[in-house]
Amino acid sequence: MTINIYITGVGGQGIGMLSEALIRAADHAGLTVKGVDTHGLAQRGGIVVSHLRIGEHVNSPLIPVGQADIAVALERHEALRALNGSLKEGGTLVWYDTVWQPLEVRVGAAPEVAAETIAQECSRRKVHNERVRVDDLPDTRMQNIALLATICKRELIPGVKRQHYEAAMSDLMDGKMLEKNNILFAKLIGTER
Amino acid sequence: MKQLGTVLLSEQPFSEIVIGNTAVVRAMIETGTRVVTSYPGSPTPEIAEAIKSIPHDQRPFYFEFSTNEKVATEVAYGASINGHLSCVFFKSVGLNVAADTFVQLGHMNLIGGMVIIWGDDPGAHSSQNEQDNRHFALLSYTPVLEPATPAEVYSFYKEAARISVEKGMPVVLRLTTHVCHQKEKVTFGGWKPQPWDKTPRFDPQNGPYVPITTEVFPMKRRALKRLTELSTAFDASSLNRSEDHKNRDRGIITFGTTYLSLMDVLQDAAKKPDILKLGTIHPLPTGLIQAFLESHREVKILEELDAIIEPQVKALAYDKGLKTRIGGKRDPEEWIGEYTPDKVYGILRSEWPDMLPEQAARPTEQPYAPKRPAQMCPGCGHRSAFYAIKKALAATDIKVGDIGCHSLGFLPPYKMNELLMCMGASVPMGSGLSLFQTERKVVAFLGDSTFFHAGLPGIINAIFNKHRVTLILMENGTTAMTGHQDHPAVGKNFNEITDAIPVRQVLEGLGVKHIFEVDAYQQGKLIELVKQAVEIPEFSVVIAKHPCMLKYMREQRRKPDFKEKQVMVPPELCNGVHECVEKFACPTFTRLPNGKVTVNTDLCIGDGSCMQTCPSKAIKPKA
Repeated sequence: MTINIYITGVGGQGIGMLSEALIRAADHAGLTVKGVDTHGLAQRGGIVVSHLRIGEHVNSPLIPVGQADIAVALERHEALRALNGSLKEGGTLVWYDTVWQPLEVRVGAAPEVAAETIAQECSRRKVHNERVRVDDLPDTRMQNIALLATICKRELIPGVKRQHYEAAMSDLMDGKMLEKNNILFAKLIGTER
Repeated sequence: MKQLGTVLLSEQPFSEIVIGNTAVVRAMIETGTRVVTSYPGSPTPEIAEAIKSIPHDQRPFYFEFSTNEKVATEVAYGASINGHLSCVFFKSVGLNVAADTFVQLGHMNLIGGMVIIWGDDPGAHSSQNEQDNRHFALLSYTPVLEPATPAEVYSFYKEAARISVEKGMPVVLRLTTHVCHQKEKVTFGGWKPQPWDKTPRFDPQNGPYVPITTEVFPMKRRALKRLTELSTAFDASSLNRSEDHKNRDRGIITFGTTYLSLMDVLQDAAKKPDILKLGTIHPLPTGLIQAFLESHREVKILEELDAIIEPQVKALAYDKGLKTRIGGKRDPEEWIGEYTPDKVYGILRSEWPDMLPEQAARPTEQPYAPKRPAQMCPGCGHRSAFYAIKKALAATDIKVGDIGCHSLGFLPPYKMNELLMCMGASVPMGSGLSLFQTERKVVAFLGDSTFFHAGLPGIINAIFNKHRVTLILMENGTTAMTGHQDHPAVGKNFNEITDAIPVRQVLEGLGVKHIFEVDAYQQGKLIELVKQAVEIPEFSVVIAKHPCMLKYMREQRRKPDFKEKQVMVPPELCNGVHECVEKFACPTFTRLPNGKVTVNTDLCIGDGSCMQTCPSKAIKPKA
């Protein structure tokens, strides 16, 4: 069985780290995994997308349009875009509810997307809506870890367990940064909801 | 934490999750590549990042970022004819810059060997076109290997180096964006550091190295002979392989990431065609292809971008009198865009409608997700400069862009680049636009890395031929767009401290009479200077300077005494004018449902360049 995970957000939100942690966690769990980050011109401010594909029969790192089983979004507008363009019927949308207004919203050409719109569209499309929001995050740059913890806690990737996510984080971080993220990760898995 | 540099230098065999750009660095190490050069550009700059992860004193080869791709190619060439295995890598359009030298390499006897890595960009993800550089292989008589995965990047580089050293000829490793950035677990072999023989082995007897008059034809003859020999050798190369599905009716010839897309799409096929997956894409393994054609009734050439293999295969079939039906590109759309699984599905459906099942339609009625184009970072000096310069110019004045982060100035609300071509083209295009007229002032933008890359000849031309253009040099102290590589004005190169070559000093040395300089945050002064400069009836320069704030903030955040700064908009002061959010348009500013504006605390860096833009003076430093 193939599991396609589509990860998206705005440049600067830590999508690279999140996707690297997921690919390494899957590898630590003994799964075969392939991925690719797609980013265009922007260092920051544009849309960043990472594709992750788990399974023995994966060839291309690119998920076909509309074939994502899980979409992970670090921002509300990007959550809707992923839901519209990438997610399967019956899939799971895991998203962090923060807003970085896109240009069209800031210049007044389009309204800001509401969390309620996403909830309605999820129910219409039979998508499991997993909205994440942690009010006491020590640092907003740890929103990606909040999503990682949710993916772990809800066991969204079959076979990938807590120790695999923790091993992945240890591959990618050290010192104070690892310590802070480990504390947050443990707290969110233990106490969230 | 895994240290990439340590992993890459491992003497024991190991497996690691890497992108293609990282895998190739291990191959450089294992093959004893001694000199590597580049000019940064997507999709290949991560090769240099992997190289940088190895401390300078432990790096088993020399690396430099040269001033442009042509220079980088020449440095690598010089090293090769001195006996060192060398490598140069660059972005797709980088080959255009390097072309003058590149097209000669195939004629030469490269005693050390030389691998050229192309980072082609099907889909134009980060380039101004999606040019198919395989055309250059044909015109320069250079062999090309094309991997599909990071594991193949590693093994194909080793094979490219082996062929290059053995034959003394250049070999291209053609990567594409989604090979460069594709991630998977790769198994690497062991490596024993070899003593580094630094003896200069250049000898004109190995040449000729002077390709003029009578020497040209023998050199060309040798290049063609090598290609013919390789074509035969490639028939037996393990880089080419076929997948036999016992289908004598249908076969597909393909290569690169298109092969991966094909394999995914065929999982749903009623009856799978046989596949010939090529790794050596120039010269073609004609014996192998002939045998594949002979054993199939129909063969589809599945080839991303241009039809280059297709006419060669058709010519081969004609010459050999084969009756196989050969399906090539059916539609101009098949020349366009990346061959993703979705694209390959569509192409195969049109070639063989019975082979793949129909796909369910996607929902069409969906809530609208507002567009999010790429944009300049919070605090970017370019934003401040564009916002101000727009006020200094008339709507009819001509604004010429160049390559770099400041290219994004073409986007609304600034719309400050009305044309753009390639690196260094702004001043010369502006010169042409300035001829016969003075009523529409011409300003040309240029970044500081591009100034050295290809900007100088156009600037010198403007001085030499007395063109009335105002150059606005957007100096941010780095090569920002490709990941903050140092350039000649910085004072350090990839390896060490070096003498800086300040842009202003260069311009003065060239005899530019009118040079103005201002911090890009000083909008009032910048407006005045640009107004003044465009009235001067000859070449003038305004240097709008501000360090890249993305780089600056990353450096600041690493300091122990770093204190976060931000601005705020007290609601009682905001009159809803929206200058900050609509015209200045820093992404930090957020529109509230009540018409007022607030600051996104995830984004604001407290640079304060916005404060001067608010007519209500409502933007204040946060206490």
